[in-house]
Order: sequence, then structure tokens, then C-alpha cells
Amino acid sequence: MMLDQPEPQTVAPPEHFISIKGLCKSFGNAVLYDNFDLDLPRNQLVSVFGPNGCGKSTLINMISGLTPFDSGEILIHDKPIRRARIGYVFQNYREAMLPWLSAYDNIAYPLRVRGMPEHECRDRVATLLNTFNINLDLKRYPYSFSGGQQQLISILRALVAEPEVLFLDEPFSALDFETTLFVRDKLQEIFLTTQIPMFMVVHNLEEAVFLADTILLLSKRPTHLVEMVSFDAPRPRTLDTLSSRPFVEVSRHCLDIFRQEMRK
Amino acid sequence: MNTALSTPKSQAKSRFWRPWMNRLLPLVGVLVLFGLWWFVAVSGWVNPVLLPTPWTTLGTLLTALTTGTMMTDLVASVGRTFSAFLLAAIVGVPLGVLLGSSEKLYRSVEFLIDFFRSTPASALIPMFILFFGISNLSKIIIAAFSAFLLIVFNSAYGVMHAKQSRILAAKVMGANPWQIFKDVLLMESLPQTFIGLRSGISIALVIVIVAEMFIGTQEGLGKRIIDAQQILNVKDMYASILITGLLGYTLNVMFLLVEKRLIHWSGK
Repeated sequence: MMLDQPEPQTVAPPEHFISIKGLCKSFGNAVLYDNFDLDLPRNQLVSVFGPNGCGKSTLINMISGLTPFDSGEILIHDKPIRRARIGYVFQNYREAMLPWLSAYDNIAYPLRVRGMPEHECRDRVATLLNTFNINLDLKRYPYSFSGGQQQLISILRALVAEPEVLFLDEPFSALDFETTLFVRDKLQEIFLTTQIPMFMVVHNLEEAVFLADTILLLSKRPTHLVEMVSFDAPRPRTLDTLSSRPFVEVSRHCLDIFRQEMRK
Repeated sequence: MNTALSTPKSQAKSRFWRPWMNRLLPLVGVLVLFGLWWFVAVSGWVNPVLLPTPWTTLGTLLTALTTGTMMTDLVASVGRTFSAFLLAAIVGVPLGVLLGSSEKLYRSVEFLIDFFRSTPASALIPMFILFFGISNLSKIIIAAFSAFLLIVFNSAYGVMHAKQSRILAAKVMGANPWQIFKDVLLMESLPQTFIGLRSGISIALVIVIVAEMFIGTQEGLGKRIIDAQQILNVKDMYASILITGLLGYTLNVMFLLVEKRLIHWSGK
């Protein structure tokens, strides 16, 4: 395994990779989160799904430290956010890459800002590419790649600094169907190889269920957790999984809950 | 292009000619203008003293450039334009970036910049004469002032409108404020900065020509144009106008080429 666990494993590992207590967040007079609690079991891939405007993006941004919150506590592997090493994949790869840097320099950027020497950066990137069988000419600029390749490059950039949690904000929403399948497969491969827990916001139910161990279904505002649905189909999941009984049942269950929430 | 009727041979032929034809398209307008000019000049509707034919004008341009004093005037005007531009850029770009990185700072001078940007620079020429006299420096400073306003405004604007998502991306990757500034904000501002530089050198040329006409000088295209007009040397006047236009166009194209190479990501 290429990416080391960041914490020594001799002591009992934290039970949860994300743990939220009493989170409150308002925008002006609109209360988004009021005393929100959440514990996510370790080493899981968790997806978040809910109606528009329920604050999915705000949630992922608060947990990853991009958006401040009013009160409450968020811990990643039992540590405060700023002490945790996180990777973040943005929804719009075009606006999250640095287009003046080559693909290689983009991927190596998180290492460079930490002051890692150049030869070490090169080794790290090379190992990363080898691990996931990725064959791209990284001397080229990001915009010269296809959408799927660009999103893949931004996933690699998020992984290069060996994060202990990977956040993904609607990683497929800017991709067409064919590319979504490709990036989704790669993401699953990454999850299986690295065992990095992932927290992913999605905007479509199939994507919410397909890769997830746990699906979080959120309500309308003020947001609370309606249900945490487990999905334990074996991995790697393939296109056949999409038509398997457990997948269809879990999807239908999620859809029912979503509909009830919409009617409220 | 590939209609069912066209044979492979004619397709190959059109594939060969089409790029050439397309490249020549910009010349169409020029030829039409010269044609019209020639037609009006020979038609007798306009006094021939006021409007020589295009060919006479081009001939005058060529001889004035090679044997006459036009080269001296051209060099003088180009020299002033570049001095003014460099002065404006050296002060304007860093100041613009600085203003752009602080919203409060920019808001506090925004009105001033917008006010002077909206004031025709030529209206300020008399004031500059009061302060700097009718020296060469005076012409350079007033041109630099106009270019400076455009450059400052565009650099500041470029920094202020940096993509929020890129700043967040750098932040989440662990970049500190200084790294965010130099790796993201500064780079993000470059396309807009170049727009400022390009419009800056254009306005510098405009003001240099006007200043040469009204402040007076020994050499310069502005002075040459006004002198030629005064003594009714219209052939030289038109030739000088043409060379000034060519100069402005060349400066613009030069900047576009540099921009395209340097700011390779722009619009992508």
C-alpha cells in the first residue's frame, strides 16, 4: 500500500473519521444547521444526498474547514480540523486547477507549499501515477486534457499529500455520463487501494448509492439527518451492481424518504 | 464543404485553396477602402489639393521614410510612447495588484481612479504644461498618467476578480497567505493586467501624438501631421497619418502576440 496511515496503528484507531457535535450555522436570519450531530464510522465512503438548498455543500465546506461555523465541534479522526490532513476535490475542475501550471505542477502543488524538495515531489507523483495505472503526459497544461482526465488530475492532486480524509464536492456533476463512469471506477479503485475514508456530496441518487458504504439523507432547512442508510454490496462494484436487488432496494428506499421530505 | 456532389479532386483543390483565401480575407476591406479613396480622388468631387490618390500617398510615405525626415519623427514618437508606457507599467502594475488585494483600499480610491479615467486626458494637457513646462518630459508624463490609470484599474480588477474556487483550492492544499497571493492572485490577474497594458500603450500613443501637436516639439509624428496640414502639404499629411496608424496597429499586434504566448491559459 502506497499511502501510509497518518497515525500510528498501535493505539486503538479512532472510531469515527468524522464526528460532529452541536453544530450551528446560520446565514443572516436563515438557520441552516441547529444543533446538528453526526458520527461517521471509520474507513467508510459516505455520500450525502438531500433536496436543493439543504446545505450539502455548506456541510462539506464546514467539515473541511473552508467555511466557518457559528458554534459546535467538528473532529476529524478525533482531532480539530486544522490539525487533520485533508484532500478536497472540487465540483468544477476547470475553476479549481491552476491553469498556468502544468498538470504535473498542479499535482505537486500541495507538496511544494509544504516545502518538500523537488526530487521527493517527483518521486511521490510518480508513485501515485504507478499505483493507479495512470498514463498521462503531465507536462501538458490542465486545459488540454478531457474533462474526465482533468477531474482525475484534481483527484490525484488531492491525494498526493496523503490525506487522512478525502472530500469530494459533486465530483461528477461537470462530467458527461461516459466520463462519469470512468472517473467513478477510478475513484473506487483509489478507495479500495488506499482505504482513505471519503466524504462525498452528490446530486443524483444513483451516484449517492453506487459507491457508498453509508448514504446520509438530509432534510430541508433547518437541516437534520433523516436517515443513515447502509449499503454493503461487495466491491468492486460494477455496472451489474446497478441492476442488482440490493442496489435497487436501497435506491428505492432512499427515493421514498427523499419524496417524503419533499412533501413536508 | 463536403457535399455529396463534389468529387474527391475538387475537394482536394478547395482544401488547398481555402486556407489561403481565408488568410487573405482581412485584405478585402483594405482594398475596398483604397478603391473608394482612389475613386473619390480621381472623380473630381474633391479638390485634388485636399485629397491625393492612394498611390501618390504611399509613394510619399516610402520616400519620406527612406530619404526624408519621417524616420526621425517616427523614432521620436515611438521613444516617447515607450518611455511613457514603461513608466506607467512600472508604477501601475504593482500598485494595481496592491490595491486589488485589499477591497477596502480599492474602494477608497475607486472614485478617484474612475473620475480621472473618465476625464479626457487631453483636457489635462494645459495643467501638465503648468507643472512640467513644454519639455519632452511633460509629454511623456501626461501620456504616462493616462496609461497608468488604465493599467492600475485593470491590474486591480484582475486581482479582485480572481476565481474564488482557486483561492479556496490553494487554501485547502495548505498554502499560506503569501503563497496564495503569488501563486494564485498574481497569476489570476495576469490576463486582465495584459488588457490594461495593451490599452495603456494605445492611449500613451494617442496622448503623445496630441501632445506633440499642441505642446510643440522639434521632432515627432504629431508635429509632422499638424505642420504638413498648416502648409497644405497634404501628401505628407496623409502619409504621416498612415504611418501613425501603422504604428498603433503594430503596437497592438505586438502585445497580442506576447499575450498569447505568456497567458496561454486565457479563455480556456
